[in-house]
Amino acid sequence: MKLLPSDTDFFGWVFYLLSKYGAIFLHGAEVTILLALVGTVIGCLIGLLVGVLRTIPLSKNANPVVKVLYKIMQFILAAYIEIFRGTPMIVQAMVVYYGAMQLFKIDMSPMIAGFFVVSINTGAYMAETVRGGIDSIDIGQTEAAKAVGMTHWQTMMSVIMPQTIRNILPQIGNNLIINIKDTSVLNVISVTELYFSGNSAAGVYFQYFPVFFVISVIYFIMTFTCSRLLRWMEHKIDGSSYYSLVKSDMMADPCGHNPVNTHGGTGTWTK
Amino acid sequence: MDEVKAPILQVRHLSKSFGDHQVLKDIDFETNHSDVICIIGASGSGKSTLLRCINMLETPSSGEILFQGKNIMKKGSNVNQYRSKVGMVFQSFNLFHNMTVLQNCMAGTIKVLKKDKKTSEETALKYLAKVGMAEYVNAKPHQLSGGQQQRVAIARALAMEPEILLFDEPTSALDPQMVGEVLTVMRDLANEGMTMVIVTHEMAFARDVSSRVVFMADGVVAEEGKPEELFSNPQKEATKEFLSRFRNQ
Repeated sequence: MKLLPSDTDFFGWVFYLLSKYGAIFLHGAEVTILLALVGTVIGCLIGLLVGVLRTIPLSKNANPVVKVLYKIMQFILAAYIEIFRGTPMIVQAMVVYYGAMQLFKIDMSPMIAGFFVVSINTGAYMAETVRGGIDSIDIGQTEAAKAVGMTHWQTMMSVIMPQTIRNILPQIGNNLIINIKDTSVLNVISVTELYFSGNSAAGVYFQYFPVFFVISVIYFIMTFTCSRLLRWMEHKIDGSSYYSLVKSDMMADPCGHNPVNTHGGTGTWTK
Repeated sequence: MDEVKAPILQVRHLSKSFGDHQVLKDIDFETNHSDVICIIGASGSGKSTLLRCINMLETPSSGEILFQGKNIMKKGSNVNQYRSKVGMVFQSFNLFHNMTVLQNCMAGTIKVLKKDKKTSEETALKYLAKVGMAEYVNAKPHQLSGGQQQRVAIARALAMEPEILLFDEPTSALDPQMVGEVLTVMRDLANEGMTMVIVTHEMAFARDVSSRVVFMADGVVAEEGKPEELFSNPQKEATKEFLSRFRNQ
């Protein structure tokens, strides 16, 4: 059997751990990225839904039943956001995992509990981001959409949400990166993500520093890749900022004449 | 034909208050087919609010708005359908930023009028050509000048083939050199018989193009009449004072 590196041989340990535990770390990284990605995607969907519901206008002459239902809905949504933003995810993981078992006799796998906690936590944050994103869109966009006869739903789907999503993309990226890091707390319900696999390896040799050095490098590679990918996506959505304006524009009048008393018939528009 | 003679739009006893502040007081106002009505008046006189009430962007506090004889403020009337027949052009253009020029002009016809993509595109291209923007179909709004954006906004409204077009100070946000191109488009529409209600500060344009001029002051229609009468021989003191400021320019 190969001898263990000496305690002072830092790089010796790093290579030894990589050869011995590399596959396990990679599996941990895989679980981490899966939790973060699925959690962020589902969280965003929850956030979009909650954010849109929170911005539905209530017309003054709506009937009383609708008004009461509206108030109840707004209360539930606000409570959801406040509760999940206001408690640590590590505690939520414990409450959900053990609570489901004790109260409802549901023995969900740690992984399922993990997906659930990350998604619902991200959803609470995203709901506020989405609400802010919707509020930041110029009211003129809504008015223009209404003026062509669109319903509230059509206005949201074809005009407001596409602009909101573009505007909150940096925040979605932020959440993804936070999730990659914060899924480490799920080790308390024994989800075998990256931190958990590092901890197991460290426990075998009592080599905490080399192990967590390797783990931190893996975390950084994941977060850095994600942030670059998202930046690239933003550019992709924005498209080229260059557009040739030099083509002939017969209507534009560079002299600044206001042709009030000139021609009046048709034919001036057509090419 | 009866339908042509009946007023297309009637506003009766319309009032609008924001809190304690009454912006519009008992407005009566009528538009027939092919009318070009310019609403003039000082800032804060209620011109824009009246226009916004007409297509229900503001809910009037009281009164009636009759479109082709039907009261659209009645409970259960389809406001969206009504709006699809009443085009609106805004001071700040309000083109949809997430869409190209062509998509801007197709959004309404596809989503609201439920036309198929091909018909919708043909219609959009027809009206974009009309405002001289056919070459810019793939541009995004932020790549265009203000005058070009406003022309696209007019094409977007025209693509719905509305019964009436409302203009809310369409040239107020433009550089002087871009005002001309937008007014030319509007002038040609007027000559083609489009029914239009225009809130404007362009007095020369109002004098030359409109069939009737409405002067508003302090939330009421202070005076209205044919442009040549109202501009050359105003009856009310307020009208005289307002117009003198433009003459002295």
